[in-house]
Amino acid sequence: MSAKEITVALVGNPNTGKSTLFNALTGLRQKVGNYPGVTVARKSGRCDCGDGLIVELVDLPGLYSLAAASPDEQVVTDVLLGSLEGSQQPDAIVVVLDATNLLRNLFLASQLAELNLPLALVLNQADVAHEHGLKIDTQLLSQRLGGVPVVLTSAWKGEGIASVRRAIAEVLNKKTKLARLTWPAQVESGLETIVRAVQADTGRAPSMADAQRILFSSDAHTSNRLGWKLSQRETVVRQARDQVRAAGFNPLAAEPLIHYAHLRKVLDGVTSGGAGKQGNAAALDRVLLHRVMGPILFTGIMLGLFASVFWLAKFPMQWIQSGVDFLKSVAAPALAGTPMLQSLVTDGIIAGVGAFLAFLPQILILFLFVGILEDSGYMARAAFIMDRLFSWCGLNGKSFVPLLSGFACAIPGLLSTRTIEDPKARLATAFAVPFMSCSARFPIYALMCAAFIGPLYGPGWESVVMVGMHCVGLIFAVPTAFVLTRFILKVKPQPFVLELPRYQMPKPRDVLWRMWQNAAEFISKAGTVIFAITIIIWALCYFPRDAQMAEKIRAAEPALSTHELQARTQAAMIEQSWMGRFGKAVQPVFDPCGFDWKITVGVLASFPAREVIVSTLGVTYSIGKGAEADSQHLRQAMQEAKWLSGPRTGAPIFSLAAVLALMVFFALCSQCGPTIATLAQETGGWKWAAASFFYMTILAWIMAVVVYQTVIRIL
Amino acid sequence: MTPLSQLLPGQYGKLTSLNPERAVDQRLMALGLLPGMVLKLIRRAPLGDPMAIEFGGQVVSLRLAEAESLIVDVAADCPVQRPTKTP
Repeated sequence: MSAKEITVALVGNPNTGKSTLFNALTGLRQKVGNYPGVTVARKSGRCDCGDGLIVELVDLPGLYSLAAASPDEQVVTDVLLGSLEGSQQPDAIVVVLDATNLLRNLFLASQLAELNLPLALVLNQADVAHEHGLKIDTQLLSQRLGGVPVVLTSAWKGEGIASVRRAIAEVLNKKTKLARLTWPAQVESGLETIVRAVQADTGRAPSMADAQRILFSSDAHTSNRLGWKLSQRETVVRQARDQVRAAGFNPLAAEPLIHYAHLRKVLDGVTSGGAGKQGNAAALDRVLLHRVMGPILFTGIMLGLFASVFWLAKFPMQWIQSGVDFLKSVAAPALAGTPMLQSLVTDGIIAGVGAFLAFLPQILILFLFVGILEDSGYMARAAFIMDRLFSWCGLNGKSFVPLLSGFACAIPGLLSTRTIEDPKARLATAFAVPFMSCSARFPIYALMCAAFIGPLYGPGWESVVMVGMHCVGLIFAVPTAFVLTRFILKVKPQPFVLELPRYQMPKPRDVLWRMWQNAAEFISKAGTVIFAITIIIWALCYFPRDAQMAEKIRAAEPALSTHELQARTQAAMIEQSWMGRFGKAVQPVFDPCGFDWKITVGVLASFPAREVIVSTLGVTYSIGKGAEADSQHLRQAMQEAKWLSGPRTGAPIFSLAAVLALMVFFALCSQCGPTIATLAQETGGWKWAAASFFYMTILAWIMAVVVYQTVIRIL
Repeated sequence: MTPLSQLLPGQYGKLTSLNPERAVDQRLMALGLLPGMVLKLIRRAPLGDPMAIEFGGQVVSLRLAEAESLIVDVAADCPVQRPTKTP
C-alpha cells in the first residue's frame, strides 16, 4: 500500500445494509485484519470509482453515535481522526443511512460533519422506503446540508451502486462537506473554552469533534487520546459545561437535543408519506416474540442450529479424516526407509494439518447459521427472548448462541462471541464457552461408561453419568461468569439497548462471504498455532528413541506374536519418551485424583485434541495404535489394570472413584490447544487464554481430587 | 408520572424525564428518544424482561432495571410522535 493511496471510510448505523453495500462496491476484493491492540475487525477493500480512480474503502463498525462507549465505537472515532496507529485519516467519509429512518440516521452524519472531512450520503434501502410510500427529495436534502452528494440505493437489490461510485469520485474531487449546525452561542463559547485550554496544555488545537466529545461525553477517552491530563482539566470542563447550562441545556443531553432539533428542520419538506408504516416487523414479531409461540419457535431454530453443527458437520469431518488417513497411507510406505521422517510426516505434519482442518466444517456451518440469523434480523429477537436467563450473571441474550455451539465444539462457539457488542459480556462468554461439554469430550465419557459404569451398574446409571458429565461444565461456567463480570473484569459494561430491526431476506453472497472470512482468519491465526502444538506434542512423544527396543522385548519374551510385540514396543517407546518421562514426573501431582502415569500421559498428550486420550491410552495400555472408544481390547486392558507399586499395589487402577475423577477432570480441564489458540485470537492476546488455561486446569484438578477422595471413602 | 417499566403492553407514554448521567439514557437519546417524545410499549419478552419499546419509527429492546430512570406520562392512545420544546 503506497502512502498516497486514497482511503474512504464507510460509516453508518447498524442495520443499514452497510456491509452489503461494502461487498457490492469492493466486489469481494477485501482484506480482513484487526486494528492494533483491540479485537475490532478491520475490513477494507478496493473500490473502482471510474476514470482510473481506485480508492481503498474501509468498512467501519456500525454505530449510532460518536459518543464512543464501546471499543468498536472508539475505533471508529480514532480512525476518522487519523489518530490510530498505522492508519491514516481517510480522505472522505461515505455515510450509509437507512432511508426509512432518516432522522435517526442523520444524527450520526450530523456529528460526523464536525470532523470537517469531505462527506457523501448514501440513503440505502430505498426500495423499502418506496414500498412504504416514503418519498425523499434528495436534491433538497443535499442543498440543505451544504451541497454534499446524496444518492439513493438499494444495495440488497444491487441498485444504485454505480451512483455511489460516482458520489465517491465527486466528493473526492469537490471536497464537499456537510454543513455544520449552528450551535447556540453559549455552547459555542463552551467549546472554544475547551479548545483553548487543550491547545495551551498540549500545544495542539483539538478538532471541533474532539472538543465536543470532551464537553458532551462523560468518558475520558478523548482527553486521554489527546494527552490532556492536567489537573485543571476538570475545572475547565466544569466551566465549559456551565456555559452550556447557561444556554438552558443539561450538558450531557445538549448534543442530541440540539442535533435532533436541527435535523427536524433539515428534514421538513424533504420526506413525505410513509407515516405510520411499520413494515414487516410488527406482524412477524407478533408470532416470533409471542409469549408461547416465541420460545417454541426459538427452541426449534436453535435445535436446528445445534443439530447442524453437532451432527451435519460430522460428514465433512469424516471426509477430512479419510483424506488425512489416505495421505498418511500414501506417505508412510514412501518414507518407510526413514522411520523418524515417516513419523514426523504422518503423525506430525499430516496430523497437524488435519487437526485444524477438522474444525472447518463446524465453523462454516455455524457461521452459515449465524449469518442467516443476523442478516435476517432474528438474532436480535433471539437475544430479546433469552436475555433474562443471562443478564443476572453479567452475560446477555447474545451469549446463548456461543454457549450452545460450545456443546458441539468450543472453537466455533468462541468465534461466534464476536456477535456480542458489549466487550465485558463478550469476554465473559468467551471464558464460559470452553466449559461447555464439547463433542471431543464424548469419547472419553463413552469409553469410561461402557467399560466401567455400564458393566457394574447397568445402562441406567450409564445414562445418568453421561448426562451428569454434560452438566458439570455448565454448573461451573455460570458462577465463573458471575464472578468474572462482577468482580474481576474492569471493562465498563454496555447497557443492553438493542435495536430490533426490520426483517430481511439474508443475501447469500454476504452470508457466504462472512463464513469464508471467519474460516480464513481461523486458519491463518489459530490454525498455525494448532499445527505447531501438534508437532511439539508429536516430538515429545517420539523422542528420545531406542532403535533396539523391539529386539530387547523379543529377547525378553520370545513367545510374543508380531502384533503383541508391536503393541508392547509402542508402549515401551512412549514410556521412555520425553512425554512419558514428563508424565511419570508429574504423576504424583495427579496421584490424589487416582491417575497412574499412563492416564497422566494420556491427559497430557491429548493437548492437541481431547479425543486423542483414547488412542494414547490404547498405546500406553499396550493394545497398539488406533484404539477407539468402543474397542473391546482397550476396555479389557483397562479393567484388568492394577497398581504395581505404592500403597494401592494390587488394587484396580480404574476404580469407580478414579473413573469418575477422570471424567470430571476431563469435563472441566482446558486440555485443548485449539481452544486456547482461538481464545487468544478472539481476546487479542495470550493473557486471557493463559488465565483460562490455568483457571480451568486448577479447577479440574481440585474437583477430580474431591471426587476421587470422596468416592473412595464412601465405597 | 410513571416509570417506563410500569407501562402495559400496547400503552403509549410521553417521556417526561430521564437521567442523562446514565449510559442507557445516553444511548436512547442518541437514538432520538428525547423528553416530550411519545413512545409505545410493544411487549415484554416471554420471561418478563427485557421490554420492546417503539419510538421514532424504530423498535428497541430495553432491560427493565436499566430503564428505571425513564419516567413517562401515560397517554390514553396517542400515536402522534412530536417532541415538545426542548427543556
